[in-house]
Amino acid sequence: MSLLATRPATRPATRPAVRFAGVSRRFGEVAAVDGVDLEIAGGEFFTLLGPSGSGKTTCLRLMAGFDRPTAGTIWLHGEDVSGEPPWRRDVNTVFQDYALFPHMTVAENVGYGLMVKKVETSERARRVEEMLELVRLPGLGRRKPAQLSGGQRQRVALARALVNRPRLLLLDEPLGALDLQLRQQMQVELKALQQQVGITFVYVTHDQEEALAMSDRLAVFHRGRIEQVGAPAEVYETPATEFVAGFVGVSNLVAGTLARALTGTPQTFSLRPEKIRLAPPETPVPAGSCAADGTLRDVVYLGMRTRYGVALDAGGVLTVEVQNLETTSMEALARRGSRVRLLWSREQMHRLGPEGDA
Amino acid sequence: MSRLQALSTFLYRRPRLALALLLGPPLLWLGVVYLGSLGALLLQSFFQLDHYTGQVVREPTLATWRALASRANLDIVLRTAGMATAVTLAAAVLAFPLAFYMAFRASRRVKALLYLAVMLPLWSSYLVRVYAWKLILAKEGILTWFLARLHLSGAVDGVLALPWIGGPSLSLSPVGMFLAFLYVWLPYMVLPVEAALERVPRSLLEASEDLGAQAGTTFRRVILPLAVPGVVAGSLFTFSLTLGDFIVPSVLGNSSYFIGQAVLAHQGTSGNLPLAAAFTMVPMAVMAVYLLLARRAGALDAL
Repeated sequence: MSLLATRPATRPATRPAVRFAGVSRRFGEVAAVDGVDLEIAGGEFFTLLGPSGSGKTTCLRLMAGFDRPTAGTIWLHGEDVSGEPPWRRDVNTVFQDYALFPHMTVAENVGYGLMVKKVETSERARRVEEMLELVRLPGLGRRKPAQLSGGQRQRVALARALVNRPRLLLLDEPLGALDLQLRQQMQVELKALQQQVGITFVYVTHDQEEALAMSDRLAVFHRGRIEQVGAPAEVYETPATEFVAGFVGVSNLVAGTLARALTGTPQTFSLRPEKIRLAPPETPVPAGSCAADGTLRDVVYLGMRTRYGVALDAGGVLTVEVQNLETTSMEALARRGSRVRLLWSREQMHRLGPEGDA
Repeated sequence: MSRLQALSTFLYRRPRLALALLLGPPLLWLGVVYLGSLGALLLQSFFQLDHYTGQVVREPTLATWRALASRANLDIVLRTAGMATAVTLAAAVLAFPLAFYMAFRASRRVKALLYLAVMLPLWSSYLVRVYAWKLILAKEGILTWFLARLHLSGAVDGVLALPWIGGPSLSLSPVGMFLAFLYVWLPYMVLPVEAALERVPRSLLEASEDLGAQAGTTFRRVILPLAVPGVVAGSLFTFSLTLGDFIVPSVLGNSSYFIGQAVLAHQGTSGNLPLAAAFTMVPMAVMAVYLLLARRAGALDAL
């Protein structure tokens, strides 16, 4: 870790680590990436979030140089790299399938980049061992990748990329193949590691929880375009489009007549299920709040929370999530069919821009 | 319960019997017919032919093996092994670029077409194709004519003038035999190498590039080592097929014997079954040694 610490953790970002200007990548008729503009600052943990086929992985491959844009320009650290091959870019990648060389030992895998750059053997061995310690795999250098568990392979892949001291690390759904427990543990470790080494991380995932938990900023991809860029709280609390509201967390999207009944205008708005309070009928409405009456139609007991589907008298259904502070599953399920009043603060309603597609 | 169900239940409760029924026929075939005949061959090689009576003397002796070690017979073995080695090396060099293209670059359509092109010759009689090569390589044949048009007749004459591999014409020289061998066995090299490369994930090539390696390094450090099991499998085919073949050497080339021809002549013409059997053991021994070496070098680890 000492060698990595030589890079200042928060260097003033004069030039962005990554800059996309009007970048497109077409495959025949299909635009996998469609006119993306993007700036990622040095030292940032930046996440490209989106469903499969939204263009996030293609963007990552364009940064790495495995693919070339059909239009637009890509700068890495102020240098136009649009036509540069991967081996000329100061970038390393952690692959989704880890892409460890099966015929080499762990140490040979981690040392591959250094071997290619003709780093002297003793220096190479030292840095490989140091890196294996950093990812908490000391002494496993002589194993073959096939002898490691999924989590260990993931760490080897990380070490193999980081040992080259890149200025930019690309991670393509690196935790996708791990089980939930390990994934959550690795999320914390990766974030800590990124802060420790101070390298810019660009992280691709379709898991919105992962994106919210780890990123400094994130970009939400949809159909080859970026729908919104911002800090996790910003994207979650004030989604810019219907797509973002629906993809990042669960949202109630209210439009048309119901929107008019609740707010007076037909403009679409989003409302998070956990921001709605379930109250007994006829509860007085506090100032600055909205209310709607309805009947509890569905009850889904989720352990930590209970999710209710409330059929409103004004038409439509709102999803409400409530922490099970004192409620037991029996009590929660017994409430099905009862009359309720829903209350929420006006500030929790977010009007959505017209650019979102319905 | 129907009879089939009863039988099925009966076998379900006796897994060993089910296994015996499953493996019995192939094991009988392999054990008795296949290995049995090999064993009989090995046994035969320890008998000898009485040259006066023309009868095989069924008493254990090493006389036949001593005869195999004679200068003339060793020449046959070395000649055949040399040809097999040359054919195998040339096939590997020719097959690799094609297999690489098929595995990594070709579209599905082109790949299917190339598969077809590689397999197509195997659909017609091998004997016919060898005779076709005799015509192609003949002194008045199409190849000589074509090379003359390219003003390359001098080069052909130069090659034919070389000792060991030369001869009066391409079809009557070891060079011609080599070309025909290379042609008939090439598919057996292309297919396993292609299969091995097919199994190499593309992400490994990208990872190598990503870590700073240019194409040459990626090829040497990643692609080649992972293709070795395929090359070994392919060379087993090309090597052993060349070692045992008697048709190509009898149709093409000069009058020097190859192992296959020697076996044919000894067991057919002269009725010396013991010596023919001893000759047959040679390719098997060579292949066994080759496999052991390959295994020791770790070439088969990825299988």
